[in-house]
Amino acid sequence: MQKINIVDTTLRDGSHAVSHQFTVEQVKNVAAGLDQAGMDYIEISHGDGLSGSSQNYGWALCSDQDRLRGAAEVIKNASLTVLLIPGIGTIEDLEMAKENGAKAARVATHVTEADIAEQHIKFSKKLGLTTFGFLMMSHMESKAKILEQAKLLESYGSDVVYMADSAGAMIPEEVREKIAELTKNLHVPVGFHAHNNLGLGIANALAAVDAGATYLDGSLRGLGAGAGNAQTEVLIGVLEKYNQPTNIDFYKIVDAAEDILAPIATRPQIIDKSALMLGYAGVYSSFLIHTERAAKRFNLDPRDILVELGKRKMVGGQEDMIIDVAYNLFQQKQTEQ
Amino acid sequence: MKKIGVAIVGPGNIGTDLLFKIRRSYFLDLKWVIGIQESEGIQIAKSHGIKTNITGLDPMLEDSEVKIVFDATSAAPHIANAPLYKAAGKIAIDLTPAAVGPYVVPSVNIDKLTEEPNINMVTCGGQATVPIVYAVHRAAGAEYAEIVACIASKSAGPGTRQNIDEFTQTTANAICKVGGAKKGKAIIVLNPAEPPIIMTNTIYVKVEKPDYQAIEKSVLEMVKQVGSYVPGYRLRVPPLLQNDVVTVIVEVEGKGDFLPKYSGNLDIMNCAALAAGERLAAAMSGQRGL
Repeated sequence: MQKINIVDTTLRDGSHAVSHQFTVEQVKNVAAGLDQAGMDYIEISHGDGLSGSSQNYGWALCSDQDRLRGAAEVIKNASLTVLLIPGIGTIEDLEMAKENGAKAARVATHVTEADIAEQHIKFSKKLGLTTFGFLMMSHMESKAKILEQAKLLESYGSDVVYMADSAGAMIPEEVREKIAELTKNLHVPVGFHAHNNLGLGIANALAAVDAGATYLDGSLRGLGAGAGNAQTEVLIGVLEKYNQPTNIDFYKIVDAAEDILAPIATRPQIIDKSALMLGYAGVYSSFLIHTERAAKRFNLDPRDILVELGKRKMVGGQEDMIIDVAYNLFQQKQTEQ
Repeated sequence: MKKIGVAIVGPGNIGTDLLFKIRRSYFLDLKWVIGIQESEGIQIAKSHGIKTNITGLDPMLEDSEVKIVFDATSAAPHIANAPLYKAAGKIAIDLTPAAVGPYVVPSVNIDKLTEEPNINMVTCGGQATVPIVYAVHRAAGAEYAEIVACIASKSAGPGTRQNIDEFTQTTANAICKVGGAKKGKAIIVLNPAEPPIIMTNTIYVKVEKPDYQAIEKSVLEMVKQVGSYVPGYRLRVPPLLQNDVVTVIVEVEGKGDFLPKYSGNLDIMNCAALAAGERLAAAMSGQRGL
């Protein structure tokens, strides 16, 4: 039986949940724990990908380079993986990642914009990296559109094509249907990245497996943007019960979550009202903490900001529009008073 | 003032939109449109009685009435054409990413570039944001500037899509070289929403002296100045100051000459190129300012 490959994104998506303040030491400890548990891919980058450290997305405590170098020192078997979002990072970042030990790269675009990744996917392949094409915010488009874009990623040379539910807005049936469309029509393996904003992270990951996905994302304790991702250690346990073997040792991954990750998490990874609204309104999960800050700055209910962002169909990367929306709502309130 | 003769090379979407803009100019007289094939742009040029050629630059280069060439081809052809324009004594306004000559952002540095044989229009994001970076910089000193440009997916052509890194790198360079920031970063996001969104640009500047009044005054003046040559340029969020970081958001709606109104990103390139061309024309006629 084909094993399910796991990409742990605690040190990339989870970076959002600590406002990008991971230390190199923490990165090394988590990476070592994941590696010893048999993790296939360990993703390390700013939450918004390489070069994401910025005023718009939040300044990282340590550089991408330092975190990658630190992790490369301790990883023995897993593939050190990076994420790159074209428009934010550039092919120079891929070069840097390769020089510092990366073995795989994931190139992510909004679900309709796959063609902006051609340059980066081809370059990543040329560097000899295992290359994933990654479509974000897949709840916004039909299965036909997702397939059209996934085929582009495949045509550029992606080794794996991912569909991401970046807003944690999908229900299992939708995941099953969309992933099935990909597994039926693509020649490369298909992966799924869940968010837990509606409490469906694990359920959606299983739906993806049912539809033929052979790559799944998770993060320890679910650490990630919004209400977080599918919780890696839970996922491993559940997949075992689902008779879907992985390369990962269940006890060891549970220990890594409990003993290494839990002490460094800075906020409870729960579905609070704002996180729930992300999933409900279909808003990019990374907007959560930025929205909370803007709500405080302009004395607003974060839900009002999120609903408006959803209405405006903002996509990943448009964190700046949180200020735009908050400023507008603030002005409206002033006028009403 | 006698109008100065100009040419457009590359009558694609951008070049054709530019044709309409130049036709309205009081200072420029569009003499030639040069393409590489029969196209809608060439047809439109002909219908306006403008001379066209699709077999090379020569007739235009030999026309001594043409003083300024707007090159809206792409990087490789511009690199090939630039020495020919120069040899023929024509100033090139480069709308491609080739950047053979210095970056120009009309509201910031055109007056310093009137002697250059070739000037480059940076990027759409650069035209929209560098003036604001510069405005904040002149008032408060820019340690660091970062911009986020968001454009409608439909208005991002294949050239932009195939080399999106070029946008981020060129814009970041211009933020420093023209805007005056010590360090710069540029981010671009494509949004496929229907109906298409108009271009939005967010500018963050970390300043040396957070003097709000000086910053606000300088930015508002600059928005007005850019608005004088980009009709759809508007302030969405006036300067907000938090600690030492200034945030400004502007939007750009297109005029809808040949391109749809949501393509403010393309419109602003042409508006800026036209403004640069008019300033150069004024310099040639021995006049100051317009």
